[in-house]
Amino acid sequence: MKSSLSRRDFLKGCLGAAGLTIACSLTPSGYRLLSAAEMEKGAFKPNVWCAITPDNLVTIAIPNAEMGQGVRTALSMIVADELEADWSQIRVKQAPAADQFKSPLLGGQITVGSASVRGFYEPLRKAGAAGRVMLVKAAAQTWKVPEEECEASKGVVRHRKSNRTMAYGKLCDKAAQLPVPQDPPLKKESEFRYLGKPMPRLDIPEKVAGTAVFGLDVIVEDLHYAVIARPPAYGAKLLSYDGKGAEQIEGVRKVVQVPMGIAVCANSIEAALKGRDALKVSWDKGVLPDMDNSYIENALREELNKPGASVVNTGDAKKAISEAHKKVEAAYFVPSVAHATMEPMNCTAHVANDHCDVWAPVQAQTAAQAIGSKISGFPREKVNVYTTFLGCGFGRRAKPDFVVEAVSISKALGKPVKVVWTREEDIKYDQFRAPASHRVEAGLDVQGRLVGWSHKLASPSILKDIAPAAVKDGIDFYCLWGLADAPNSPMWNNRIQYEIPNLSIEFVLSPLPVPVAPWRSVQNGPNAFVIESFIDELAHAAGKDPLEFRLQSLKNNMRARRVLEVAAEKAGWGKPIPKGEGRGIAQHACMGTYVAQVAEISVDKHNGAIKVHRIVAAVDCGPVVNPDPLIAQVEGAIIMSLGTALKEEVRFAAGRVASANFDDYKLMRMSDVPEIEVHIVKSREKIGGIGEPGVPPAAPAVANACFNATGARIRRLPLTPMTVLEAMKSA
Amino acid sequence: MIALKVNGKVFQVDASPDTPLLWVLRDRLLLMGTKYGCGVGACGACTVHVDGKAIRSCTVTLGEVRRNRITTIEGLPGNHPVKQAWIKEQVPQCGYCAPGVMMQVAALIAEAKKPDPEKVIAAMDDVLCRCGSYPRIKKGIRTAIEIARKEGRRV
Repeated sequence: MKSSLSRRDFLKGCLGAAGLTIACSLTPSGYRLLSAAEMEKGAFKPNVWCAITPDNLVTIAIPNAEMGQGVRTALSMIVADELEADWSQIRVKQAPAADQFKSPLLGGQITVGSASVRGFYEPLRKAGAAGRVMLVKAAAQTWKVPEEECEASKGVVRHRKSNRTMAYGKLCDKAAQLPVPQDPPLKKESEFRYLGKPMPRLDIPEKVAGTAVFGLDVIVEDLHYAVIARPPAYGAKLLSYDGKGAEQIEGVRKVVQVPMGIAVCANSIEAALKGRDALKVSWDKGVLPDMDNSYIENALREELNKPGASVVNTGDAKKAISEAHKKVEAAYFVPSVAHATMEPMNCTAHVANDHCDVWAPVQAQTAAQAIGSKISGFPREKVNVYTTFLGCGFGRRAKPDFVVEAVSISKALGKPVKVVWTREEDIKYDQFRAPASHRVEAGLDVQGRLVGWSHKLASPSILKDIAPAAVKDGIDFYCLWGLADAPNSPMWNNRIQYEIPNLSIEFVLSPLPVPVAPWRSVQNGPNAFVIESFIDELAHAAGKDPLEFRLQSLKNNMRARRVLEVAAEKAGWGKPIPKGEGRGIAQHACMGTYVAQVAEISVDKHNGAIKVHRIVAAVDCGPVVNPDPLIAQVEGAIIMSLGTALKEEVRFAAGRVASANFDDYKLMRMSDVPEIEVHIVKSREKIGGIGEPGVPPAAPAVANACFNATGARIRRLPLTPMTVLEAMKSA
Repeated sequence: MIALKVNGKVFQVDASPDTPLLWVLRDRLLLMGTKYGCGVGACGACTVHVDGKAIRSCTVTLGEVRRNRITTIEGLPGNHPVKQAWIKEQVPQCGYCAPGVMMQVAALIAEAKKPDPEKVIAAMDDVLCRCGSYPRIKKGIRTAIEIARKEGRRV
């Protein structure tokens, strides 16, 4: 496969080549810029690289996984702008897994939390600016003129008086001898050449040509294919298996038992699949053979009667609500939904004699390397992780169970192995967006102002597999995002935005065996559905317009107010709408970004079907790097959220997953997609993320529009035609 | 050995006739642009042209298409209006579904004497894009038809 570089080759490539290489090293007090010479000393662990080489190219290392969010382009734009490089000089290299490439924000090399651009924005600007200063200085020294008479522009330094020019490629070796300035001057916003302008994505041409290499496209010499017969039910134990039938299939090489099941290894996918069909395996019934959808829902609703862990306790919510002029209470439920990435889970690994190679569409490089090391027995630096393009990520690929499988099977087989999940396995063995039940109570004073809010939710733990130590005192903050921030995590800003003088939030950790994981925006999505639906209920109880009620409860929250006002204005909030149609609004902040959306829908009163006609979104994410992919991300997030609002729910039966493929797990299709308008609100606030924050407001905006159209308040996702019809009957 | 005509070339394929065309294209001919998404013809990621028609390569076997002309994304010319439009409108996100989507659009445009963007869009309900690039796919379809019209050629 192309551009496969080991970590060592990569470092050597950047360091050993002539030219100017700039990196950043994170220190407890921030970061430091360094040159290649300093890096070789090994005193610092640099984490971001850009190299200007005599061939006049600027190569930028991309530590993050490209999954369509445009991270390669965005990070390149940040460097190129401050460096004053010409866009045609820019090349990107996918960085290998190494400590050097860990995220300054997250502490690991991982692409989650909409954190790539907001994590690397400042250090990359500084790195680019340092390069520009050094190149200008090198030119001034060459010409023996004052630096002030020289300027850098589009890959060339020019001496204004004499109009002499030199390309970066000619200057880079000399520049590399100069000290790296620690605080180079950054450009003013008005001087930006690329930042804030729509730049074509660097990954698109190969994706259009069909040559982009995803995980499933990895081919290495002597490659074997493996598929796994997995436990059909949660916690099911293997009783017996007989691999003879499988081994008789032409092309099947070996049947091996691995911790996750029985792997059939063959010289082709089709032989491996046939082999698995011929396998005789028997399993017991698993840990909860009665578990189906109603079991899960009842169990989670039941959990709310148990004492919860106190997460937030400001003022006295109980007292405030009991003494309030008006009291409103409601129970909500959100079911499990699947990631359903277009590219099913897969991984290729080779445990060789003295090292281990892993080729994976993975969001978590640091974790993949650690897994490779643990299973192969080689130290981490002997484990090379090559990140391919990802056919969607959404958080699923941050839990690299597929890496465990590929490395385990390669070790057992002694050959390079590609583990392939069929779509059915991808859905059945997904780790879902966590199902949750909520009970919310709130009080309003005589003027209809929010005086107290008491919120209790129950869900299985998301963090228990990812970071078990982070689950403390029965609290899992991933389950709480949207309601409350973890302590010392101000960057996330995933807390409830409303100004509530008396607020209580309690959490009950459910032991249900449904595996759960982060799913685009993590629990901001489902929690925003509850918060924003309930705020709508309160507005109604207070006799106020839903927009007005929100603004009244967000008096000092200028960013939330602004996105609400922009979305409302652009959508024509308050204008009359035809009978049978409805308009709903919702706002939410997460990953440092504020989003409001207005949904316009109609409801078929005969069959209960909701048709979403239009979504108008307003986004404040602080400085904008690349506006076109930004809009695409918000559009995509809205569509994914509409899937959860209207269609998606994983089916369980007999302690196992009953959903299997796209014919029974329905996703949004072309004709379901409304008109979408995304308005970027100009902002100079701290930069926020963009991959996820578009998700949370869409589902509640639709549910609120449904209430507006029908008078039926639906407190459970998804709003299927049958749910809507039933709610309309009792409304 | 089975002879298979793909992208204007004849390949000798050493695979059983019941092998899905998808695996033949990908793992035998290394034409990796055609993607596996569902294996049951429900997502469209594996769409190729068989005698010009958009077909799900996961649901036909090697034996069934041995006498047909097959075109994959790699065989669609680089200046094809759909490829041009997909770049101009920056359609793909993760890009995994893109080849299948583009092949379906290319077939629909080629089949119509006078392609109507709205009719093409209405015929795209059987392909999935989990990233939700649908608004861009719509733009891409309109632009591709416009490019084809301007170039005055049948695609």
